[in-house]
Amino acid sequence: MNGMLQIANISWRFIRVWNRNMLVYRRIWFVNLLVPLFEPLLYLAAFGVGLSALVGRVQYHGEEISYIVFIAPALLAITMMYNSFFENTYASFVRMYYQKTFDAMLATPLSMEDIIAGEIAWGATKSVIATTIVLAVVSFFRLVYYPHALLILPLSFLGGLAFGTIGMIFTGLVPSIEMFNLPIFLFITPMFLFSGTFFPISALPGWAQTLSSALPLTHLVNLCRAFCLGEITPDLTWSIAYITIMFVLLFPIALMVMRKKLIN
Amino acid sequence: MTEKEPYIIHARDLRKKFGSFTAVDGISFHLVPGECLGLLGPNGAGKTSTIRMVYGFSPMTSGHLDLFGLDMNTNWRQIKSRIGVCQQENNLDPDLSVLQNLEVFARYFNIARKEIRDRSIQLLKFIALENRKDDKVTSLSGGMMRRLVLARALINNPELLVMDEPTSGLDPQARHQVWERLELLQENGLSILLTTHYMDEASRLCERLIIMDHGKVLVEGRPDDLVRSYAGEHVVEIVNPGREVKELVDAHDFVHDTLDHRMIIYGRETDGLFDLIGDKFCRQGCIKRLATLEDVFLRLTGRELRE
Repeated sequence: MNGMLQIANISWRFIRVWNRNMLVYRRIWFVNLLVPLFEPLLYLAAFGVGLSALVGRVQYHGEEISYIVFIAPALLAITMMYNSFFENTYASFVRMYYQKTFDAMLATPLSMEDIIAGEIAWGATKSVIATTIVLAVVSFFRLVYYPHALLILPLSFLGGLAFGTIGMIFTGLVPSIEMFNLPIFLFITPMFLFSGTFFPISALPGWAQTLSSALPLTHLVNLCRAFCLGEITPDLTWSIAYITIMFVLLFPIALMVMRKKLIN
Repeated sequence: MTEKEPYIIHARDLRKKFGSFTAVDGISFHLVPGECLGLLGPNGAGKTSTIRMVYGFSPMTSGHLDLFGLDMNTNWRQIKSRIGVCQQENNLDPDLSVLQNLEVFARYFNIARKEIRDRSIQLLKFIALENRKDDKVTSLSGGMMRRLVLARALINNPELLVMDEPTSGLDPQARHQVWERLELLQENGLSILLTTHYMDEASRLCERLIIMDHGKVLVEGRPDDLVRSYAGEHVVEIVNPGREVKELVDAHDFVHDTLDHRMIIYGRETDGLFDLIGDKFCRQGCIKRLATLEDVFLRLTGRELRE
């Protein structure tokens, strides 16, 4: 079945799948909230305090900013990517393959497409929850500029949809859970390092800059940094468009690979 | 369902192919309201593939399938909201408690929130798990889990219950627990389609059986009729039969199967098989018994191992 036609199988019922995941999340909410609360503190301590002494200030868009202000937006973007990607890879895979949760759902009026839409919406929601907490932490250290930084929250949903969809495609493709190591090594880790996260991409050679600007995380980092610094410029539209289009194009592919995996 | 619709399930020339392998090879059957229909067959016969199509899990390769008079290809969502399904594998949600398993499932059917709690508790009482409602499902025994799967399948007040091997892997006590509940449901008019390879389960629960193999229907009928038609009434099994037994069987033209070290002779009510075999032939290693569905099954599907 064509991915575009499959979209017609999505109904509002996808929210029930989201509800189920939210219920499970709330059962261990304390542990779930602990990680996004303390992880940015570790980063800020290691990079902001430790590395900052070596780096000093960073040139960004012709401005000099402290290194800790430079990396704070990157922590937000990385949080969006990690939370949605890992939710829709490992966690979705466990529900699909080990717990047979999707099989049980398929014996109800839910369609396969409802399930996948609900899972991706949930991955994006986890991105929003975690990003909110990280934003609170970096705000506590006065590293972001309000009210612009509030734009981070809707962005965390969009970014979550995009990275969750990429994760879901891998979930549909990998034969076993160990195989997620491959997309993480080839895709997630290089983005974590080379998307203008911990150093400006202008420090890279020309060809690498071109490559980096094709990475979705680069656009998410750009947007986060602009929102955190309070510098809203028209060229940000391109980054929003890039992430939106990526989600719109990849979502039908996620439906297609999951149908191939689940329905036979 | 309209008043005129005579069938809960109406399958015509249903076919399922996986690549070049044909799992279901053009079968036709129906299920009338209030009936329990059993699909029997050895492993790989196509039972599970068939009922997966019936509950809308697996798309058919070709053929026609109507449930409640609605076409599965176009009205799958409506059909699925009216059936309850017990799949073969335990797929209770291990992240949720016993009660939550029912309540969350009820939400998939869009059952109103205020109805859900009552209905869930009522079903937990029905399966005698009310006192375990807050426990994790992983702490339940196999039999309890199966009962919970049954309760979950009933959460939407289904008109049809579809079960894939509802009691496989259970001990006799647990099986009887499940059977008793299914019988209660039948008394209340629930239609049931089940697969099994337990002959006692099939003959106890089902009014009508379909024995299938290699994706095709071999025979169909009431359990008693199938036994009478394909195995007769009386059976004598003789270990290492002598020449005289073989002559006797040939002389009376008895239906029989000859195995490596055993002869199985099938007799009618009137042919006096037991008397003829008598003490003369039936001493050591000889069994006189009534014919069962298992005889029918083995005669029709053969005795060789499938896997």
